[in-house]
Amino acid sequence: MSLLELDDVKVHFPVKKGLFFDRTVGHVYAVDGVSLSIEAGQTYGLVGESGCGKTTLGRAVLRLNDITDGGVVFDGTDLAKLPSEEMRAFRRRLQMVFQDPLGSLNPRQNIESILSEGMAAHGIGKDQTERREKIKDILAKVGLPSNALSRYPHEFSGGQRQRIGIARALVLEPDVIICDEPVSALDVSVQAQVINLLEELQESLGLTYLVIAHDLAVVRHISDVIGVMYLGGLVEEAPSDALYAKPRHPYTKALMSAVPVPDPEVEDRRERILLHGDLPSPANPPAGCRFHTRCPWVQETKCATERPPLLDTGDGHKVACHFTAEIEAGTVKQTLATGIEAVTGTETVAAEAVEVSEGETETEVPAADAPEKAPVTVPAQADADAKEKAAAAEETGAKASDATDVEKETADATDEASGATEKAEGSPKA
Amino acid sequence: MSLLSVEELSVTFTARGRKDATAVDGVSFAVDQGQVVGLVGESGCGKSVTSLALMGLLPRKGVRIGGRAEFDGQNLLTMSERKLRDMRGSQLAMIFQDPLSSLNPVVPIGIQVTEILERHRGLKGEKARKEAASLLDRVGIPDPARRLKEYPHQLSGGMRQRALIAMAVACAPRLLIADEPTTALDVTIQAQILELLKELVDQEGTALLMITHDLGVVAGLCDEVNVLYAGRAVESAGRRELFAHPTHPYAHGLLGSIPRLDAPRGEPLNPIRGSINDKIAWADGCAFAPRCDHYTMECLTGTPELTEPRTAGHQVRCVNPVLPTAEVPA
Repeated sequence: MSLLELDDVKVHFPVKKGLFFDRTVGHVYAVDGVSLSIEAGQTYGLVGESGCGKTTLGRAVLRLNDITDGGVVFDGTDLAKLPSEEMRAFRRRLQMVFQDPLGSLNPRQNIESILSEGMAAHGIGKDQTERREKIKDILAKVGLPSNALSRYPHEFSGGQRQRIGIARALVLEPDVIICDEPVSALDVSVQAQVINLLEELQESLGLTYLVIAHDLAVVRHISDVIGVMYLGGLVEEAPSDALYAKPRHPYTKALMSAVPVPDPEVEDRRERILLHGDLPSPANPPAGCRFHTRCPWVQETKCATERPPLLDTGDGHKVACHFTAEIEAGTVKQTLATGIEAVTGTETVAAEAVEVSEGETETEVPAADAPEKAPVTVPAQADADAKEKAAAAEETGAKASDATDVEKETADATDEASGATEKAEGSPKA
Repeated sequence: MSLLSVEELSVTFTARGRKDATAVDGVSFAVDQGQVVGLVGESGCGKSVTSLALMGLLPRKGVRIGGRAEFDGQNLLTMSERKLRDMRGSQLAMIFQDPLSSLNPVVPIGIQVTEILERHRGLKGEKARKEAASLLDRVGIPDPARRLKEYPHQLSGGMRQRALIAMAVACAPRLLIADEPTTALDVTIQAQILELLKELVDQEGTALLMITHDLGVVAGLCDEVNVLYAGRAVESAGRRELFAHPTHPYAHGLLGSIPRLDAPRGEPLNPIRGSINDKIAWADGCAFAPRCDHYTMECLTGTPELTEPRTAGHQVRCVNPVLPTAEVPA
């Protein structure tokens, strides 16, 4: 059995309105039905763009956010239903490393105090001397000098602060460490040091990681299994190598083609799938497949009406798309305009949009005479002609995203997904 | 002659009772019409300060600027504030990293865009609004007439950056300085914005000075690349040359420490040890020496000169460059 299992986890934040009566006017569907399982000693990488709910999911595992529905089974115990007192005891075994190394360390505590606080709370070590020995041991493991004990967070560089954050998790001897963007605040040369450290620690201590990051190259480097999130749900999950060798979901394909590779030869050769518009609001997610509003392969049937389940296509490669096989066989073509028209998420609008854009496909010259794959797939060094097409596509795409704001009220409260989440969490003002 | 040629630019911040802090320490590069030149480096290498100095946006007090920056034959660094104001926006324009904090939150987008048109092109009223709408349309903002009335917070991150680009290109500047234009954006949005910048350069022949920490962005966009370290260029070359043969140990190490999407998995990364805080002053030797695997005592005898150990035009500031025989497998 897996060490950590998430079963249809949902985290919805209420959107409140009104000064005195906290009327709930809607929900932000930050995480909406995610199931995954992590084996002991494995690294599970969770990637997605901002606002896709990856951080919320990580926090939900530790119950730092309330779980609206679903189960988080850790080593046979369902954490989602534990009383908070018992949950606190479990947190020793599940630790977290945060994104902002300075923001997550108390500037007025020295390193010894920061590291021993958790140990004292969980009753590790008889007295401070014993704890200090243990802390020194851990500091050496993460590559910090033992004279760091009496120093304060501001005296360290960014990379060292992140090492302190990792040490804070390690002193409690956890089984699972959830790393939320562990290296995104660091410079590339230092980033590599921290990535190597995480890998070494996993090997020597047998840790299990859930790594949450937006940088696909980092996640791919460190993970055994990768899950790709889009708008609150997993769209694809596969072993790291399989995912990068052959991404199957259209969103994963687009995401991977958008990551710049530090090699001009590769950059000039490869084809880029440009997605149009922005992420729809998680307060008003599109019906059916969440990605159908931006998908270059969207079809008239099913996509706008039926949410595709995450199905195993063999070899542990799971995809949530109605047309995976058809896209790969080439029987389903990229539909330039249809992919980008409907954003509001209501079925009627979506249907209309499909009709409208169909008309466009017929009349629009570039779409009609273009080769099968051309419309939105723009080679990095394309001729001027292709660029014009891309520009045209961009325009229509952006127009479509515009429709997201149709509902002013919701749009105000949830202008940006992450912002909305914070607001909803923070105060009833939102 | 180049459109912009910067020679030995240096910027030192001074404060009473404190040691002087030299952010830029002799940077030289040139940008031609229609060319994309990249300044790459990690935080603290002086890339942003360089751009601010060129635009004349550094405070007058407490800053000492040296060297020359000739734009079309005129030295930007000694230009009067009045003249500089005429140049900014019309000849030179800048795109900043954080689109939300570079837009005025309490003024609608439309007014912020027409402001430039009024100031530099003398357009007024309806005419200015029409032009503003067509600018927004050009950078791919849908329904521009409505967007003009909206405030920055009503736009998404990608849209805000597009609005900023629209403002920057409003007067068809000859040089565009982009300071980390995509760092605050998601990768799919980043791809859109980079595509837009490429288009502008191709169609208008605008020169683009691209400042970024992301070597991937540089690989896809820049013609010439300057790698900065601690306020000095340590390596300058065409992008193909640089990525194929990184010769300064810093550039070499940087490329080795990036996890690549298309590389085989399972091998540990080769990080550069230490951090940017472990440096020595350029006057005493190579600032990178304390972190360098190749350093010798020779590195500590004054600033290394720029040499061309590999091919012409590929300049490297190092006495022990990484050459084919000594190359370690990356």
